[in-house]
Formats: sequence, C-alpha cells, structure tokens
Amino acid sequence: MTATTAAPVVTARPKAPLFGKAEVKAIKDPLWDNNPIALQVLGICSALAVTTRVDKAIVMGLGVTLVTALSNVMISCIRNLIPNKIRIIVQLVVVSSVVIVFDQFLRAYMYDLSKQLSVFVGLIITNCIVMGRLEAYAMSNPPWRSFLDGIGNGLGYMWILIVVGTIREILGSGTLLGFHVVPQALYDAGYVNNGLMVLAPGAFLLLGVIVWVQRSISGYSEKH
Amino acid sequence: MIPILAFVNDEPLVGVFLKSVFVENILLSFFLGMCSYLAVSKRVDSSVGLGIAVIFVQLLTVPMNWALQNFILGEGALAWAGMPDSDFSYLQFVTFIASIAAVVQVVEMAVDKFSPKLYAALGIFLPLIAVNCAILGGSLFMVERKYGFAQSVVYGFGSGFGWALAIVSMAAIRWKMRTANVPAPLRGLGITFITTGLVAMAFMTFSGI
Repeated sequence: MTATTAAPVVTARPKAPLFGKAEVKAIKDPLWDNNPIALQVLGICSALAVTTRVDKAIVMGLGVTLVTALSNVMISCIRNLIPNKIRIIVQLVVVSSVVIVFDQFLRAYMYDLSKQLSVFVGLIITNCIVMGRLEAYAMSNPPWRSFLDGIGNGLGYMWILIVVGTIREILGSGTLLGFHVVPQALYDAGYVNNGLMVLAPGAFLLLGVIVWVQRSISGYSEKH
Repeated sequence: MIPILAFVNDEPLVGVFLKSVFVENILLSFFLGMCSYLAVSKRVDSSVGLGIAVIFVQLLTVPMNWALQNFILGEGALAWAGMPDSDFSYLQFVTFIASIAAVVQVVEMAVDKFSPKLYAALGIFLPLIAVNCAILGGSLFMVERKYGFAQSVVYGFGSGFGWALAIVSMAAIRWKMRTANVPAPLRGLGITFITTGLVAMAFMTFSGI
C-alpha cells in the first residue's frame, strides 16, 4: 500500500485505498469547515421549515443524506456521458427519481410523518445542497468519493437541523421527541412556552444566531 | 367525476390572493426560495429582475401543473381517456420538475427572440429559477390545497408576487445596512437571517385579515 494512490485518479483502481486522504476529506470537510448550511449557504429552505420538531428534522436530514449520496453516485457514474448543455435536466431527473423512492418509502412506513412533512419531501429535489454537490463534486469525481461527499454533506446538514430542531422544540413546545422535558414545576412557577419559536420568525432569528456562533468559532466572516 | 368539479376548494379568489401574498407568504412563512433570496438580495436592481421573473414563471407553471395533475397524474384523472382507475401521482415530482424546466427554457428562448432588451435584464435569472424551490413548492401546494383552475392562476400570481415583494424589500434593507457597523461574524448571512425574521414578524400581523 502506497500513499501516492490517494492522489486524484480518474478511474478507481482496485489498489486505491478505501479511505485515503481525499475520501476522509470528502466526508469530514462538510461537517464543520465547509458546512453546507452555515458556510456554503445552501439548503436553507427546508432547514427552517421542518425544524419545529426533532423527529421531523431527523427524518428530513436522513432523506437529504440519502438523496445526496445516491444521486451523487449515479451522476458520478454517468458524468462522462452527460452532454454539458443539458446537464441540469439530467441531474434534476436523477434527483427526482431518488426523491420519489424516498417519498414512497415514507408514505409506506411513516405515514403520519410524511403527512406532516407535506411538500417538503418533494422539495428535496430543489434543495440547493443536492444540486450544488452534483455540480461541484460529482461531475468531476469518481463514484465512491462522490458517495462519501454526499454522506458528509448530508450529515453536515442534518446536525444543524437537529440542533435547530432541538432548540425550537424545547423552547417552543417544551417537549423533546414528543416527551415533556420542561418540568411541571417550572410551568407552575409561571414559565410559558415561547410560541414564537414554533412560528417562522423564530426560525429565522435562531438560524441567524447559530450562524453567528458557528462563524465566531470558525473565524469566518464575509464582506458586506 | 369531472376533475374540475371534483377538486374545487371553495375559497374566494381575493382570499387566495391576499393569503398567498401576505398571510402565507411563500418566502417568509414557508421558507421557499431562500437560496436565491439570500444570494440575490444584495442588490435592489437584480432583486427586481429576479422578482419579476419569478412572478412570470410562477404564473405559467402553477396553472400548467394544475392541468397536468388534474388531467393526467391524479387519481382518476385519466377518466377522459377511458382509464378511470389510473393513479400516476407518484410521478408528480419528476413531471412537475420537468415541466418547470421546460417552461423556463421556452420562456428564455421566447424572451431572447422577442425582446432582447428584457432578455439582457432577466436572462441570467431564468436558469436559476428552474431550481428555485418557490416554483416547485407553489405547484406542490396547489395540489395539496386542491385549488381549482381559477384559484391556481391567482395562487401562482400571488405567491410569485409575495416572493418578489419579500426579496425587493429585503434588498432595500440590506442596501441601507451596508453603512451599519455589524459585528464581523454576523455580517452577511447572519444579519440577513435576523432581519428576515423581523420582516417575517411584521408580515405576521397580516394574519388577522
């Protein structure tokens, strides 16, 4: 095993390590340094809409991870066959096929949740993370690495969703995954659930603060 | 039996319009189209361009997808072709996105041919629109709320208009904010979210209508 095989190769040789440098980078980078939501500013739409409860956030995060990874693999496999002019349409068709599979799966096994997520499952198709990764990564990288990149970006998206979802659920309805976590004694002492957190403006304010915290720690800032 | 009658939801048209512009603004209460909203709202003139393009495409695609849904995809929608048991609703996503991409492409070519001046102003925004979730979201909401044809036209226009209203007002606020001294990590994305939150709160006051 030589370390040189980790250099970008167009076709995956059997000798290439399963988790070389590029592979680890593909999955680790989007978790913090290049987080899709906080830094690349992608996929905000659904990040806010589905985070009123944690279970919705988890299912949505899993869905995006799955869709990004699978469509990355598919596009990466056919990347040399796609004519450049119609690549967006090809990508959209591949992504929507994967989303249809995910949607049918949800309807079959988690009907209530799929009703609550309503249109947002379908909107994974236009989630900028999926299209962004296809354009930026899968079109120029081999399938296995693209798969890891998809998983990494999906997870980077998912943990922010879970953080936002946890805060909104605890502050907004006093529950976590449906269980009451705010003790009754607090309510008796005059504590009230913050209804704003469940509504749209609360989500905007909260995400703004999370971006602020993430960027204060990672030291990133943009010009006006 | 006839889909047009079977799917009608009896909300008055004015109500559909006001609701889609103010009360349930597609951007401020459903968060749709955030990506291009955040990217483009830096400048007022490009916001106006993108806003007009969204209104236009939304006005075309929502009624078109309404027709697709009610005459081809929906449950029993193929009754006119002698297939009363058909249900192709699982093909909804791929059909809608393909029809949206096609409309955007046709609009782009038509604008280029008939009004080069308008094309110069709108041209770069049109490809962005095919992947704007507000457009697909509008069509999906139209199906979920079982709008009739007239309502879907009004809803298409109203939701596009609401989106344009939100992005143009945000661009104006961001333009003013350039002179403000915002803490470095909060600059750009962070402060835009917080301001959007305040605008969304202001729009919530319409919910009494």
